[in-house]
Amino acid sequence: MPSTLFDKIWDAHAVAKGVLYIDLHLVHEVTSPQAFESLRLAGRPVRRPDRTLATADHNVPTDGSTRAAQIRDQLSRVQVETLERNAEEFGLPIYSIGSARQGIVHVIGPELGVTQPGMTIVCGDSHTSTHGAFGALAFGIGTSEVEHVLATQTLAQRKPRSMRILYEGELGFGVTAKDLILGTIGRIGVSGGVGHVIEYAGPPIEGLSMEGRMTVCNMTIEGGGRAGMIAPDETTFEWVEGREAAPDPLPLDDWRELHTDEGAEFDAEVVIDASALSPQVTWGTTPGMVVGVTGAVPEPSDEGEERALDYMALEAGTPMQEIELDRVFIGSCTNSRIGDLREAAEVVKGRRVASSIDAMVVPGSAQVKEQAEAEGLDEVFRAAGFDWRSAGCSMCLGMNPDIAAPGERVASTSNRNFEGRQGRGARSHLVSPKMAAAAAIEGRFVDIREWS
Amino acid sequence: MDPVNIIEGAVTALDRNDVDTDQIIPKQFLKRVERTGFGEFLFHDWSKDPTWDLPSNPILATGRNFGCGSSREHAPWALEDYGFRAIVAPSFADIFYSNCTKIGLLPVTLDEADVKELMAAGHGRIDLGEQEISFAGRQLPFEIDAEIARRLLEGLDDIGVTLQVEHEIDRYEAERERSGPVTTSLGRA
Repeated sequence: MPSTLFDKIWDAHAVAKGVLYIDLHLVHEVTSPQAFESLRLAGRPVRRPDRTLATADHNVPTDGSTRAAQIRDQLSRVQVETLERNAEEFGLPIYSIGSARQGIVHVIGPELGVTQPGMTIVCGDSHTSTHGAFGALAFGIGTSEVEHVLATQTLAQRKPRSMRILYEGELGFGVTAKDLILGTIGRIGVSGGVGHVIEYAGPPIEGLSMEGRMTVCNMTIEGGGRAGMIAPDETTFEWVEGREAAPDPLPLDDWRELHTDEGAEFDAEVVIDASALSPQVTWGTTPGMVVGVTGAVPEPSDEGEERALDYMALEAGTPMQEIELDRVFIGSCTNSRIGDLREAAEVVKGRRVASSIDAMVVPGSAQVKEQAEAEGLDEVFRAAGFDWRSAGCSMCLGMNPDIAAPGERVASTSNRNFEGRQGRGARSHLVSPKMAAAAAIEGRFVDIREWS
Repeated sequence: MDPVNIIEGAVTALDRNDVDTDQIIPKQFLKRVERTGFGEFLFHDWSKDPTWDLPSNPILATGRNFGCGSSREHAPWALEDYGFRAIVAPSFADIFYSNCTKIGLLPVTLDEADVKELMAAGHGRIDLGEQEISFAGRQLPFEIDAEIARRLLEGLDDIGVTLQVEHEIDRYEAERERSGPVTTSLGRA
């Protein structure tokens, strides 16, 4: 019987009824301390330290600090130190603050090559869906489940339903992976994918770089999806080959089997014309509240949208390109990889950030930072007036010193425009790296397709 | 986990859709390394609104896609610590739903119109064993995965249940585990 990519990976990891084997467990400082504490109380070891990898990302300041002891916020410092101590005690590999391999957990997994096609991957973080870009089944879990995986290397799971989002046509000039996924969430809604593992397919997906595919899969959770995945192909294999933890040679015969068979059925199918998408900008407080950059703030259709407009201090009918900004943030597990930084740098090269704007670039990992500096991108950003920072989650969620002030309006390449997400009272607009870069120069949103 | 069976009492209404876990427990409270004491920070920012009224009752009735966004289990911890024992909504975000079941906070999915009626009724009784919710003289069935219901009813520890099939995990690792480098092959850096 023909099966989906999701079916194939699920079946290869079914240990017993309702028990799924986990190939890779990524751990960070925020959602793990209580799990380690429970293991300690129960006297349980970590079953497979060699299938576990820890890093510190949410709390780390992006000021170049190299040791946990340098973190000024006491609670943040304790959380990072606790992770370091737990990794030591349970024998887990860890790349904490100051390591040349440290970074946002969803950036370092792929870049080190530990993320591979066909794997099951979990992490106590909803954006674990990112790793599905490699043809893996990857999803976020809570702290109780983190403990379960540490103790058993498995998860108790019911099989989710399946959905395919098939894209037709092609992405237009200036329209990126970020616009593709924002437009998709606008279409299916923030709960459109609930209960489903989503496979993204079609020529517009096949044409994306690995960075672009990671951006798409990353925001699956914003459409409610349990996991997002893309069948691996030559682009994938080329990207993985030669990375530190990648198999040598790559098991290509096996990996080429990782695709949905002709005739396989999904529980739900959505078809989207990629040609019709324009650069997207969110106007509200969920990622589904989104319009094309040539559009205007819509009339609220329910109480939730009224609340959103009130919080965002926007009036219906205001053209998106007239919205004035205070800050620009380029970073996060959605858009902080070298490809994202290259795209943004290309836009800002030889230009100056508007005087009204406070702009920052936060590479996703120490390795991305090093690579960007080797290419001179840091100089491009600095010369334009951007603040060039060290790796971490930064202003995506403001658990570290990078926080937007109340009332500030931010153009952000991150994934969530929830109330208070980037700082209490801060107003977030989600956009692509190119759109964020151009917004920094102009001080407002511009249509990247016509701007030069 | 304490067994869950019958939850009865007053209903608190939070009539909003797409309530995300950033609202339920904002990030500044995720820095604690303990599991307890999150209740006082529940809906920290929203609770600053003078019209905010969220009495601590056994049942919380709310809108669709409740608990979307971040995977933080701190959200169910905060709701439970605040006093809620069951949450009734038209739909839940997947990770949040799963997190609730792991700590014995019962998520109940009900049609939107019925949730509104429950809010209006102000009092309800949920019987997990019978998979039934009653309010305002009505009795309605609700669906929940049989295995999840069993674990909640018996108050079972998930890890303990899985370790009953530890021999199957051993066998999987011996016969079917993925080959190739593992994380420890990277060495220190």
